[in-house]
Amino acid sequence: METTIKQTVADPKLQLAIYTATGRLMAKRSESIASEVLPDYQDLRTQANLLKKQAIENLDWYLEQFESNLALHGGKAVYCKNAEEVADFVLGLARERGARLIVKSKSMTTEEIDLNERLEHHGLEAVETDLGEYILQLAHERPYHIVAPALHKTRYDVAEIFSKRLGVENEVVIENQTMIARRVLREKFLSADIGITGANFLVADSGAVVLVENEGNARLTSSAPRIHIAVAGIEQLIPRAQDLAVFLQLLGRSATGQPITVYTSFLSGPRRADEIDGPEEFYVVLLDNGRTRLLADPEKRQSLYCIRCGACLNTCPVYRKIGGHNYPWIYSGPIGAIITPQFHGVMQDPWLPFASSLCGACAEVCPVKIEIPKLLLQLRSDVTAAKASEGKSGVELLAFRVFAWVMRHPRIFGFLGAVAAKLAPRVPKSMYPAALRSWVSERELPMPAPQSFRQLWRKRGRP
Amino acid sequence: MSRDYLLYKVRTALGRVSSQAPPALAAPMLHIPVIKRDSRVTEFIRHFENLAGKAFRVADAEAAGACVANLLENRTAIASNSPLLAQCGITSLPAVRSGLRDLDQLRAACASAGVGITSADYALSTTGTLVMLSSQREARLISLLPPVHIAVIPASAILANLDELFTILPTPAQQTSAMVFITGPSRTADIEQILVRGVHGPGEIRVIIIDDVTVN
Repeated sequence: METTIKQTVADPKLQLAIYTATGRLMAKRSESIASEVLPDYQDLRTQANLLKKQAIENLDWYLEQFESNLALHGGKAVYCKNAEEVADFVLGLARERGARLIVKSKSMTTEEIDLNERLEHHGLEAVETDLGEYILQLAHERPYHIVAPALHKTRYDVAEIFSKRLGVENEVVIENQTMIARRVLREKFLSADIGITGANFLVADSGAVVLVENEGNARLTSSAPRIHIAVAGIEQLIPRAQDLAVFLQLLGRSATGQPITVYTSFLSGPRRADEIDGPEEFYVVLLDNGRTRLLADPEKRQSLYCIRCGACLNTCPVYRKIGGHNYPWIYSGPIGAIITPQFHGVMQDPWLPFASSLCGACAEVCPVKIEIPKLLLQLRSDVTAAKASEGKSGVELLAFRVFAWVMRHPRIFGFLGAVAAKLAPRVPKSMYPAALRSWVSERELPMPAPQSFRQLWRKRGRP
Repeated sequence: MSRDYLLYKVRTALGRVSSQAPPALAAPMLHIPVIKRDSRVTEFIRHFENLAGKAFRVADAEAAGACVANLLENRTAIASNSPLLAQCGITSLPAVRSGLRDLDQLRAACASAGVGITSADYALSTTGTLVMLSSQREARLISLLPPVHIAVIPASAILANLDELFTILPTPAQQTSAMVFITGPSRTADIEQILVRGVHGPGEIRVIIIDDVTVN
């Protein structure tokens, strides 16, 4: 299902889908943060930035605090270095408890480590329960957008997927499609042994996992099965439960323009002695998977403040054109462009930090004030440095050396300028070098003036 | 061991040493607007109904019971063990099952009931939110599995906003293993951004607000 940028841009239906969905999310966000309805929006952003900074810069302390508070209420923290360790933990637990069926609620972190594939490879059934994620799981695709994963699918696509995978006759009414998913997934919820969720926040002073959603699938995943496992990146920590008054106001508004989402669950451990339902076992996987590498850079570690609201995708002129599947990893848009190179190394996709107009719209909407354009520039310079040290930038490097030499020699600069002024208008477009030809296909190359500024200045004489 | 290795890597990256306390954090930013009881109720109703909920304001427990009986029509219901529901006479309605303490029975009852009836510990007026703390009185599945959720709350439980809730409950983990905020019916817009209610949780939600009641 790999698409290329050209295909995406040439597909009018897809373009319309991306444009409408992101546009609507953006408009709803703007309404919900307008100063009449949320006068302290900017204060909340500043506060959120400070709180994430505090958590990230003292992360080891907050991790240990989280772990001990979780233990206090009977939960268990499981530190994992990478994808294999998470899969091993889940598989080991499933084997010990004789578990076969796993229900999952939407989690970018588990997407990041291909958890479903790893579990299925070992004979477990892992079912996505968020409607969008469920559709994509049936279609074997990865999410198109952090918040709206199936943004690129129409009701007709869904009808085709459901008839192929669920044996449902061509059902194109969205309400009916949703109810089909409800029925199929309801059975799964009630028979699953393990529920795996992500975590929107980990609360250090409570040992709690916070889940934010609209469908109720995260509530079901975390309360119907006997075992609940939350898989979270270590950067999801916030210091205190009270800080949620800041973060919850920002997350829903930034993501979908909702002052608060339909459901927010604050979960701190397995069910207690006097409670009737809820999981008997409660685990929180604390995943590194490259995050500690990001931490080492004092400037760029702010990338880890991200609360995955998707606002930067919706506002980004690049994302709105090329969509989510043309980014090299599951994190797309501006946030993807800054975290992917840091997780994978800048040379894996060296073009990525350059695929931005640096318009700054992302930084303006970021609820935790990540300075995305600034980080993109730093990553560009990292790419250039890496290319130079690998000797990969031959032509470009040579061109800039020649340019620097010419600029340091005024006579030669003047001479070349005069030659260019004479020659340039006579060269037909067809004789331009290849790189320039594609540039002028849509534009006019500005011609040098017949007389240069230096020549005019000389003629004018000294005052 | 991954734990020690991971913490070691975090400390090295940050240039910190083990057990080094972080700098003191300023007090949380909590703004509680001053809103009179009556406006809290009307604001709550306004926000709740904006999200396709339906709210009923009644004078006392008896009226609340009658209101629920009326809403049930011919459907079966499962009610939580909240004393408020008994006080309203809801648990003694013929179509209502309650008093369940066994998990398997509770799951079966919730999976087949037409309506789930609960109370709520608090409500938030500025967002139309119900706040439910899981306990022996309130199971999680009653407000989740049936297609309709009816919540009965005293007007005095309506707080201003999240900030007030977190002022009253600075560390919710001490009270319960699960605190849930419910704001409107379950919904999705995952296909073509078209809103559909009742995707996994209840597609209909009703609140009965009792002006004059003291919960036993």
